[in-house]
Amino acid sequence: MVALPLLVLVIAVVALGMGRLWIAPVKVVRILVDNVIGLGPDWSDTEANVVERLRAPRVVLSLLIGGGLACCGAVLQGVLRNPLVAPQIIGVSSGASFGGALAIAMGLGTALLVCGAFVFGLAALLLVFLMGRVDGRTPLLMLVLSGVVVAAFFSALVSGLTYVSDPQQRLPAIVFWLLGSLATASWDKVAIAVMPIGAGVAVMMALRWRINVLSLGDEDAQALGVRVELLRWTLLVATTVVVAGAVAVTGVIGWVGLVVAHLGRMLVGPDHRVLVPVSFLIGAGYLTAMDTVARTVIASEIPIGILTALVGGPAFFALLRRTRGRGWVDA
Amino acid sequence: MPDQLASPESLAGPTSVDAPLLELRGLGFQHKGHPWLLRNVELDVKSGDLVAVLAPNGRGKSTLLRCAAGLAKPTEGTVVRHSAFGYVPQAHQVVFAFSALDMVLMGRARHLGPLSAPRPVDHEVAARALARVGMSHLARRAYPSLSGGEQQLVLIARAIASQARLLILDEPASALDLSNQAMVLGMLADLAADGWAVLFSTHQPEHAQAIATRVALLYGPGDLRVGPTDELIDEASLSELYGIRLRRVSFNDDGAERDRIIPLYG
Repeated sequence: MVALPLLVLVIAVVALGMGRLWIAPVKVVRILVDNVIGLGPDWSDTEANVVERLRAPRVVLSLLIGGGLACCGAVLQGVLRNPLVAPQIIGVSSGASFGGALAIAMGLGTALLVCGAFVFGLAALLLVFLMGRVDGRTPLLMLVLSGVVVAAFFSALVSGLTYVSDPQQRLPAIVFWLLGSLATASWDKVAIAVMPIGAGVAVMMALRWRINVLSLGDEDAQALGVRVELLRWTLLVATTVVVAGAVAVTGVIGWVGLVVAHLGRMLVGPDHRVLVPVSFLIGAGYLTAMDTVARTVIASEIPIGILTALVGGPAFFALLRRTRGRGWVDA
Repeated sequence: MPDQLASPESLAGPTSVDAPLLELRGLGFQHKGHPWLLRNVELDVKSGDLVAVLAPNGRGKSTLLRCAAGLAKPTEGTVVRHSAFGYVPQAHQVVFAFSALDMVLMGRARHLGPLSAPRPVDHEVAARALARVGMSHLARRAYPSLSGGEQQLVLIARAIASQARLLILDEPASALDLSNQAMVLGMLADLAADGWAVLFSTHQPEHAQAIATRVALLYGPGDLRVGPTDELIDEASLSELYGIRLRRVSFNDDGAERDRIIPLYG
């Protein structure tokens, strides 16, 4: 139980040292500790600057977003009782990406981009809610299928937007943003992301044992005294807030929620009391490691969304073959 | 089991020994735009009662139990439960391989606030419940890897952990092999002897004859006949219920005279 947080810490420290200017992990730690207790500096101002101003916001952001998206994946798979579910499937990612792309297409600034992503992410969930409702309830099948429809709908709107956008300036900006990137990380963006992600993850953490009960199915959960609809929608709103917050600052980064949730279940089993926090840690470490690779292997940067899909997909599949889907029944 | 753990709202009122734990009064049910499925159902289940519901498929057995468990809303009439209850569904599909103990622990949900997770005392209650059904040795095993009968016992333990005194089970012994059937039926009889009120449905008259104190035969909407098992179950009543020929078979069970109604197939 100590090993995983420690591993994430090591990844973060190494990530802070990696880049065009290599700074040894020990020195990174000393630079960071110096903020709390004064140490005799054995580093240059440049090195301190690179760690604290350039790389730290990016690493913090990747920890936050990786952890948040992974939590969403674990929670959604439990809530919807479905191993195929990722944050993308309930339409929220598509809605948020449309909102962001719309802001870019209209030449609006960062603040409005964030707002747009957020508003359309929540609008997507609202649509899913309205479409999936039958007799005052939302059966899981209706919910998932409504999500698929809403996701397709917003994807089409995004395609339409790229089609009509000015190909010289706006189009590249939209496409680049859609690929997902942490390159524009700053402490401001960390401040924007930390609120929704922190709030959403806090809700998921608080309700995580109840996800076990919910995952038994509606009737069973209801007979056990759980208010099924209320719990389900509380959790869906929490995941939406996290996903919209993440998309707003970094664009769409796929293959985190799905992969990490399965990875976590292979490691610690299906009990959400353990799985949700473990998913956060794995997701945080995973995205930070991926992002470090994305910005260091070649001179220019690889969009992280490409990397997570390219590496995450096959790696995930290999793991799945080996463990045969531990934690799920019928695997 | 300490009673202070039960939440007050789950207990509808004080119960004397003879007061029913479950009361169905004038219960009726129909799906919108369909004919009545159940009508004027009157049924009491007391502490120590073991009531078996028998009826052909599609006649509303499951609906009756679901109404009793509060999972279906009766179209008319009332359901009063004077105790926390445990419900064991007929079709149970878990998608995650939780351990047996984790399954039992979920019985604590109604006693915990919406934001709280099980406390050490809940783990103790769950472990005791699992011990009560004789399954302690399988606590760490994944629930889906257990036999059908063992799974039913885990779900019964879950009901025990929820501090229920009333147990509602939808066909608890169907789709089980003979030894698993014996295991589940034996446990139900054991719990009833301990003062539980048990309501269950079955397709097998011999299950009712083996353990039920009373049976409820559902002939149609508005025609539920309830009475002691020995009085109600005979060749004529079951032949009318299922539309097949049956015969009473008497035998000597280690000195005790017993009889069973068996169907004549073909």
